[in-house]
Amino acid sequence: MKTSLGLRAGLLSVLIFVAIVGIWQVATMPTAASGPAMDPEYAKLVGAAAATGSKSAMPTPADIGATIWKHLADPFYVRGSNDKGIGIQLAYSLGRVLLGFGLAALVAIPLGFLIGMSPLVYRALDPFIQILKPVSPLAWMPLALYTIKDSAISSIFVIFICSVWPMLINTAFGVGSVRREWLNVARTLEVGPFRTAFRVILPAAAPTIMTGMRISVGIAWLVIVAAEMLVGGTGIGYFVWNEWNNLSIANIVTAILLIGLVGLLLDQGLAYLARLVTYPE
Amino acid sequence: MENRPLISVEGLARRFGETGQPAVFEDVWFGIDKGEFCCLIGHSGCGKTTILNVLAGLDTPSGGAVIVDNREIDGPSLDRAVIFQGHALLPWMSVMGNIAFAVSSRWPNWDRARVHEHARKFIELVGLAGAENKRPAQLSGGMKQRVGIARALSIQPKMLLMDEPFSALDALTRGMLQDEVLRICADTQQTVFMITHDVDEAILLADKIVLMTNGPGAKIAEIVVNTMPKNERHRNDLHRHPQYYAIRNHLVEFLVNRSKAFDREIAAHGYDPRRPKLVKPGLSAVNPPAEIVPLTTTGRRQ
Repeated sequence: MKTSLGLRAGLLSVLIFVAIVGIWQVATMPTAASGPAMDPEYAKLVGAAAATGSKSAMPTPADIGATIWKHLADPFYVRGSNDKGIGIQLAYSLGRVLLGFGLAALVAIPLGFLIGMSPLVYRALDPFIQILKPVSPLAWMPLALYTIKDSAISSIFVIFICSVWPMLINTAFGVGSVRREWLNVARTLEVGPFRTAFRVILPAAAPTIMTGMRISVGIAWLVIVAAEMLVGGTGIGYFVWNEWNNLSIANIVTAILLIGLVGLLLDQGLAYLARLVTYPE
Repeated sequence: MENRPLISVEGLARRFGETGQPAVFEDVWFGIDKGEFCCLIGHSGCGKTTILNVLAGLDTPSGGAVIVDNREIDGPSLDRAVIFQGHALLPWMSVMGNIAFAVSSRWPNWDRARVHEHARKFIELVGLAGAENKRPAQLSGGMKQRVGIARALSIQPKMLLMDEPFSALDALTRGMLQDEVLRICADTQQTVFMITHDVDEAILLADKIVLMTNGPGAKIAEIVVNTMPKNERHRNDLHRHPQYYAIRNHLVEFLVNRSKAFDREIAAHGYDPRRPKLVKPGLSAVNPPAEIVPLTTTGRRQ
């Protein structure tokens, strides 16, 4: 009998998961004290158990499970400026990403429309876009800090600058490659420029624009972690860096998993929106 | 004062690229009367589609002009509806949406209910009642082209421009749609300009068949008057009509031989681009010998 592909893939996923956890468990099992003498400074850093070799600083899967449970049970606590729940930290990051991404969409989509409609503007702006697009968004950070003088707004600016390019380029491409015959339909019906833009060009280019937005939000979510490590204060990136300073690997692994999960949700959300505006030809 | 037909193409020329390049076509003159069904036949590359685009206002000629209702056209107009070769439906709109878009462009002040009611009439006219909410991707090729026809008719234009509207369809669907176009155009007294490759299609539909020579430098060779009365043209027994083969042979002879060697014909017999010869090959079959009737006998004397 042949079981469905989905079921078999699910089984394989579970198997891979069990194997990873198993290898991890074996690798982090406490061993009998042995090994050469430790550098005393390293011993101080990683703790007594690890220094004697009986226990690694690397947590076991069970430790991680317990830590994740602890975070999920109480994600929104606030105990001082350096001790906030992981839910609050994620909310800070998500807020910055959505704000920066939203502002970028407000700029990139109208500008992309203009570039796509006008070969003159396209040619004039192309060198700027080509030079600025490959710049790592974090390179903008010092400039932002100097001019804005506010670290929170600077990180939003960095998100803005990294999300703007894929949306700009995709919008311009989508608008520029609307089928000539569809534009001719609008022309022979004497449809005005605004109605043509909203009823013909925008729906025709919408799938391409949505693809750009999906790429942008993915990049923004990648960049926010690094930006918050630099800027500090709040956010999931800061949380990761703070836990590195605390050498709490379990907290870092928890954060990694949650960052992945939120990124997945952002991507799926935009994929859903993209499906709404896609048309079969 | 010249007594102009509804549409008058006067000295039209079109060049692509730099000046000095040979024109695709030049010195093209012909007219279409109100209510007349006019077909343009010629080989690929002679600029047929360009002429249609100029008539539609989508392309500007390099020389000459098109006069409609005694006014030179300078852009697209709702008075001249186009049925595109590739149907050109907007794929994100339903059948109703596509037609309502055209109707509300024509009458921007109409409310939604009135637009839909008007659009529904034309959906029924082309036999698509029940498919209003389907997207173009859910329709067959023939149904899509029906929507294209309904969209063009729904704005009640002064004339219809069709660019090989049936060339992408299978023979059976093509035949059915030809019959319907014939019926609709007869009912609505529509003035039509259509481009086709298909000789039989031209004989079935057209009152007047304009023959174009090969490009570059294409010109109107002559205009064949379809002397078969409209009510005697039926797709299934077209070939039994006494005039049919005479007209068909004349058209095929032109496409196969004369269209590429027309310059020699000009050298032998002379040629006035402003008054292409009007020929009636159908009558030669009924009462020979064939007579070539100059255009001026139709009352278009200057």
